[in-house]
Amino acid sequence: MTRLVYFAWVRERIGLSEEEVDLPAEVKTVRDLLAWLRTRGEEYETALQFPDAIRVAINQEHAERDDRVQGAREIGLFPPMTGG
Amino acid sequence: MSAPRPIIRVQSEDIDTRNAVHALTEGRGDVGALVTFTGFCRDEAGTLSALELEHYPGMAEAELTRIGEEAIARFSLLGLAITHRYGKMLPGDQIVLVAATSPHRQAAFDGANFVMDFLKTSAPFWKKEHGVDGTAGDWVAAKDADDSARHRWTK
Repeated sequence: MTRLVYFAWVRERIGLSEEEVDLPAEVKTVRDLLAWLRTRGEEYETALQFPDAIRVAINQEHAERDDRVQGAREIGLFPPMTGG
Repeated sequence: MSAPRPIIRVQSEDIDTRNAVHALTEGRGDVGALVTFTGFCRDEAGTLSALELEHYPGMAEAELTRIGEEAIARFSLLGLAITHRYGKMLPGDQIVLVAATSPHRQAAFDGANFVMDFLKTSAPFWKKEHGVDGTAGDWVAAKDADDSARHRWTK
């Protein structure tokens, strides 16, 4: 199982702050993950309709689109950061 | 001598700059320069009642540590403290503190500047604006200028 955690408007649009999922075997990379999540319902489709605007972290470290997701304990999805 | 570790705090409480500075300078004769930067919640147009800062617990601390370690190595800092708040902030409230020490001023200035540029674009914090009219407003959009500021360090 992989824990997905959502922040800011990604969290608000999906309507969840976190959930546990079984990643299908065909979901290999961050790019695959974003495409797969969009098929899980209208809220996901709305939240992830502009995938380029979504940042992803694997096990709390920033990840690139080609990074592999299988075996990850925790994957975070969020918009570009605006702290400071 | 091994490199100093950055002092990282992610908290809802207000920031005590004096305490942070004390931790970096007390009892040391090798510190020649201290630079502190404080970022505040501001209301430019009279329309903001509060900012809400959300963060990614765990990753926020981890990312600030990574940025801090890189700054210490790159500028040979003697010490570095980064404190970032989360929760609700009112105009005039402190949001972030960076304090850097070094033997000479340039490294401390550059180190603090570097930390802020990277923090803005890679530390997992998000601001939401609340309006004076009672509306829970929009999430603040990331700025291209912040990306440019970060990239000047890789030139």
